[in-house]
Amino acid sequence: MISGVSIYEILTVSTIIFFIGIYGFVTRKNLIAMLMSVELILNSAALNFVIINKYLFPEAVEGAIFSIFIIAVAAAETALALAIIINLYRLVMSLKTDELETMKF
Amino acid sequence: MERIIFYIISILMIVFAVMSVSNRNIMRSIIYLLFVLIGIAGLYFMVQFYFLGAVQLTVYAGGIIVLYVNSIMLVEKINNPLDVTKFWKRLLAGAIATTGAGLTLVAIWSHNFKEATVSKEIGINEIGKAFLSYGDKGYILPFEVISILLLAAMVGAIVIAKTNKVKESN
Repeated sequence: MISGVSIYEILTVSTIIFFIGIYGFVTRKNLIAMLMSVELILNSAALNFVIINKYLFPEAVEGAIFSIFIIAVAAAETALALAIIINLYRLVMSLKTDELETMKF
Repeated sequence: MERIIFYIISILMIVFAVMSVSNRNIMRSIIYLLFVLIGIAGLYFMVQFYFLGAVQLTVYAGGIIVLYVNSIMLVEKINNPLDVTKFWKRLLAGAIATTGAGLTLVAIWSHNFKEATVSKEIGINEIGKAFLSYGDKGYILPFEVISILLLAAMVGAIVIAKTNKVKESN
């Protein structure tokens, strides 16, 4: 653990980053910019797993394992979402959420 | 000393996260996101999760950011500023986020965490053994499911990105 830093301060940092991500997800109007806010949210969740493992249960390894799972799922999600966005751009020529009103092809 | 470094990293991460969600140039926004991800990797190194910090640096800072930059260059005109939502909507979203953060922080600071006194470094060999053992506290089944998921995501991304061209040729 970090000497001189309690668990409360690190959890405060991860909470603030999580809600900044939520603010960005609600206010952005571009699909790629919304995905970037999701990355912020996922990262703060993974940080929480690691910190709680380190400070409360130092013998366990579950925090590291679940963080690796979160990173793997986030990578898969990003690759698929960007493929869908690129395909959508070819059909609609726009990424603004107001102008995307068709799911048919 | 470590306390000062932790505060510097935290303040930089929060500032760059705010800039990342509020900047109107999408390329600058992605670079600020890169700084936030590197800061989180720095926190992993500070709590001695070295393997996880390395994974964070290679997968996020190395892989996902490059994927984003490539897609942005493919689909956006970089100099066009992003649209902003109406002022009252931004105000409402900010109020909701601040309220949620305040509630969560009150819940965290009023809870009495029993911090462990011993500190133990988790090496890469323990993580590897936990991944590959199928007894008690073994994670081989989720490990295999994740590998199937990654394969499916790879195939799915290729199929989705190619659908249009196949359709045109018919």
